[in-house]
Amino acid sequence: MTVAVPTSLSDALAAIAQNPAAQIIQGGTDLMVEINFNRRKPTDVIALRRVLELREWSIAKDGSTITIGAGLPYAQMEDDEIARLVPALAQAARTVGSPQIRAAGSIGGNLGTCSPAGDALPVLSALDAIVHLRSSTGARNISVHEFMVGVKRNARAPDEIIVSVTLPIVTGWQGYAKVGVRNAMVISIASCCLAVDRTNSAIRIALGAVGPTIIRCRATEAWLTSQLDLSSVNTVSTNLLKEFGDRVAQEAKPIDDHRSTAVYRRHAVSTLAKRLLTRANTP
Amino acid sequence: MTPNTEVYQLNVNGKKCEVRDAWIGESLLYVLRERLGLPGAKGACEQGECGSCTVIMDDQAVCSCLVMAATAIDTEISTVEGLSVDGKLTDVQDAFVNEGAVQCGFCTPGLVVAVHNLLDTSPTPTDIEIKEAISGNICRCTGYGRIFEAVRSAAATRQETNK
Ligand SMILES: Cc1cc2nc3c(=O)[nH]c(=O)nc-3n(C[C@H](O)[C@H](O)[C@H](O)COP(=O)(O)OP(=O)(O)OC[C@H]3O[C@@H](n4cnc5c(N)ncnc54)[C@H](O)[C@@H]3O)c2cc1C
Ligand code: FES
Ligand code: FES
Repeated sequence: MTVAVPTSLSDALAAIAQNPAAQIIQGGTDLMVEINFNRRKPTDVIALRRVLELREWSIAKDGSTITIGAGLPYAQMEDDEIARLVPALAQAARTVGSPQIRAAGSIGGNLGTCSPAGDALPVLSALDAIVHLRSSTGARNISVHEFMVGVKRNARAPDEIIVSVTLPIVTGWQGYAKVGVRNAMVISIASCCLAVDRTNSAIRIALGAVGPTIIRCRATEAWLTSQLDLSSVNTVSTNLLKEFGDRVAQEAKPIDDHRSTAVYRRHAVSTLAKRLLTRANTP
Repeated sequence: MTPNTEVYQLNVNGKKCEVRDAWIGESLLYVLRERLGLPGAKGACEQGECGSCTVIMDDQAVCSCLVMAATAIDTEISTVEGLSVDGKLTDVQDAFVNEGAVQCGFCTPGLVVAVHNLLDTSPTPTDIEIKEAISGNICRCTGYGRIFEAVRSAAATRQETNK
């Protein structure tokens, strides 16, 4: 039984290379629940809490992208600079759990768990984020769409550490909305990220908690692009809004489970998407 | 570093505490209560939802049930037991008593820790900030009204005394 608490990324990579079966822990807000309830009993653990490199964030020299360390707690994404550059991510971060959870939980952990209800994930999907993985022998930069393989399954190899994610900095409205049983401390029953990208004349929509993994509404995006002038604020007619909601609902693939029903989820995700489209077009 | 899991050290309330013969998966909540004789942090849900186990770790309020104790070496941990300097009630505890914010008392230690953390970082919180700061702490008795008043009163008293 060992607990390694490395203080640099290279030491952490060496530790996982030596023992790929070891369990990685960052904030512990997913993993400790599993351990407390005896669903997992790790023998070896590598804790990343003291690897400061994983808590950094930076903007590319040309200002086109932002890279966020896998271990940066949500609390540090809620406001200030990150919120200004990627508002949808800040909004998603603010909806996570409670202050105690946001002081510990991270994007690395959200990706590591890869729950379809993970609140950072629809934002990463809508913005076509790149996930940076490292092992002691190399590095892989893969699209978040390739990274998320299925319900709580991802493309990380056992000896890899998720180091960071890179998101584009775009002009245009973006937002995140979710529904749960109450406002504080709630896992999403349905969620949606909508991002207008004026630079590339595109609109991007991703749905959470309504499928085995995050769903990108590519058909609806293509249709909507033909209906709106993405370089300005549009008057969204009631008919257009209704058709938009119906198309989003069509692309969702929800199921019944202990948190909600498929019927409600489909309705909720369509309502959330319509709300976001309305906000995006409010001058 | 790799602490020997049979013996590791935690800094709790300014003291170095040795933890012996522990299983690595033990939560900080369990270690505080069962191994270090500090039962102030309460355990109810053990899944981060109730906040009754709230402690301060490196100046932030966290759920001790979600911290793997053996990974918390080299952090500064304060529990409700460590808030008072001279054995008297703290200003926040006084406010809870005076405003009638304690009924069964189970949620109180976690709330008191969360409120200390709020007032230490934001001495003049708005009503929304207060609500947000205690949104991770569940109380089954009071309905929160009196707790909310206690926080406002503690903030006001602190303002007065610091004038
Ligand atoms: C009360 C409560 C409320 C919650 N509310 C929400 C919510 O509203 N929205 C939401 O999305 N989530 C919520 N969660 C879940 C959790 O907080 C998030 O998924 C969080 O992002 C996990 O981050 P972490 O750092 O704590 O992960 P950890 O628990 O440390 O790790 C989770 C998994 O990811 C792996 N991992 C972590 N970091 C890395 C890395 N760098 N490289 C490789 N693997 C890694 C771990 O091995 C583990 O399998 C909640 C949890 C609790 C307890
Ligand atoms: S016991 Fe830790 S939050 Fe409930
Ligand atoms: S006073 Fe009883 S739970 Fe809060």
